Amino acid sequence: MKKIEAIIKPFKLDDVKDALNKIGVTGMTITEVKGFGRQRGHKEIYRGAEYQVDFVPKVQIGIVVDTGLSDKVVDVIKQTAKTGKIGDGKIFISTLEEAVRIRTGETGASAI
Amino acid sequence: MKKVIFTLLILVLNFTLAWAGDEPATIESNRTAIDLVQTNADYVWTLVAAALVFFMQAGFAMVETGFTRAKNAINIMMKNLMDFSIGTLGFFAIGFGLMFGESATGWFGTTGFFLSDFKVDGDPWVLAFWMFQVVFAATAATIVSGAMAERTKFSGYLIYSFVISALVYPIFGGWAWGGLFNGGGWLEKLGFIDFAGSTVVHSVGGWSALAGAIVLGPRMGKYTKDGRVKPILGHNMPLAALGVFILWLGWFGFNPGSTTAANKDIAMIFVNTNLAAAAGCILAMLASWLKFGKPEIGMSLNGALAGLVAITSPCATVTPGSAIIIGAVAGVLVMFSVLFFDKIRVDDPVGAISVHGVCGAWGTLSAGIFAIDGLSLSVIGVQLLGIVACFLWVFPTTFIMFKLIAKTIGLRVSPEEELEGLDLAEHAGNAYPDFEVSSYGGMVTGSGPGAAMPQPALATSKQVEVS
Repeated sequence: MKKIEAIIKPFKLDDVKDALNKIGVTGMTITEVKGFGRQRGHKEIYRGAEYQVDFVPKVQIGIVVDTGLSDKVVDVIKQTAKTGKIGDGKIFISTLEEAVRIRTGETGASAI
Repeated sequence: MKKVIFTLLILVLNFTLAWAGDEPATIESNRTAIDLVQTNADYVWTLVAAALVFFMQAGFAMVETGFTRAKNAINIMMKNLMDFSIGTLGFFAIGFGLMFGESATGWFGTTGFFLSDFKVDGDPWVLAFWMFQVVFAATAATIVSGAMAERTKFSGYLIYSFVISALVYPIFGGWAWGGLFNGGGWLEKLGFIDFAGSTVVHSVGGWSALAGAIVLGPRMGKYTKDGRVKPILGHNMPLAALGVFILWLGWFGFNPGSTTAANKDIAMIFVNTNLAAAAGCILAMLASWLKFGKPEIGMSLNGALAGLVAITSPCATVTPGSAIIIGAVAGVLVMFSVLFFDKIRVDDPVGAISVHGVCGAWGTLSAGIFAIDGLSLSVIGVQLLGIVACFLWVFPTTFIMFKLIAKTIGLRVSPEEELEGLDLAEHAGNAYPDFEVSSYGGMVTGSGPGAAMPQPALATSKQVEVS
């Protein structure tokens, strides 16, 4: 099993969700996050004073999939979340030890 | 159906009988009847206008809370609520007598305390007039709340609220407006023009706000050691905008209502009020666009209010064309004034000093410059005298009062309370318990003391992606 965490532009969430549904991803968890990478925030003005906003709002999608599906998921996110401009986000992939479905007690791939 | 026709018949019969029973109309009885209609119309217009001016309290409350942080929203509401409530009783007991009571000296009235001019079965005009005046007194009081927002101790603020409504505002008001009732002030006798109170209401509030903001000092995190301004973001621009729209509406009572008479003058006053507000708003927007590269909302909102404050004094005595110029100048003036007070480190979260103090003074001067019956240096001289007299009366007295409050019960909350937010510290409340609310205070670059949360449990995590 793989855990895929993708940090994307918030307005791309619907596209990414629909695209993932189509390739058989049946569930996901999203978190509203703020952060910065190379984009390094932006400037805003408030009552005549300019200030730097370092932490830009992003959405983090958390998905757990069977190892076989992992590459496809990453590809789909890469394609649908891309605008080509700085600040498109990142994808982190890690190996997951175990998953448990609370209702039935199933474990492993059948619990996802 | 039969029943209906029968009822109608009885009604018609009744009217005819009543008509037949009346004395024949004479010129005298017609005059009395016409006068009565006019009197009744005066009452209705004055009280409808008073209700509009009362609604401005809601406008002030929304502007102030919109321009300040969520962790102080309850405190702002409480201050606005108490400004009106304490102001009402203070003006009833003391203020009205000082402002409109009989005055031998022209400096303050000595009769009419506790609304003693009202006698059962007597002329109720004093009640309508008092109602209209009390909403004005409360307006002056509530202006100050915004400039002192986010750091003032609530108990200290209550003392201030009483003093301005009962003493500071009525005494100056009596100088300019006492003659509207039983009084007679020295300033109005010189010919001072302040139709609806650019100076009497707005500058009094504005200069008190200046004194309060100076005695308090800036909010924590507003100014850096190297002299930069770190903006402390207001938490709700839609509320601030709603507040400005409400104030704009309320001003249609504030200015045209100041005739306290239902007559044709209100049309031009109405139009002038609206033109000046629109011009102020547009010019402030353009000025901010040129200066910062974007049309900024805070300045645009302040610009509308600046135009309204400025036209308050001259609204009945200038042409609509002049009203546009007066408002436009106020719109530009307010932006530079806001920047100026930030430069000298007087922290005014909502721009009350600039909008009400500075533009109030400009509006009062403009009443002389643009006078419909011609420019007269002596009128301008009297206007300047009134502007200066207002500052010299209000600023020192309120400065001393705020210092006294600071020395005795305290004027400012502790640094811990300020960071935690006054809602929790002063009122044990949370304005938005079901929302995620984060206050980045002066610390827009991230966590730190300015980022104090109103409650520890947050629904949404704030993870930081570091590349």
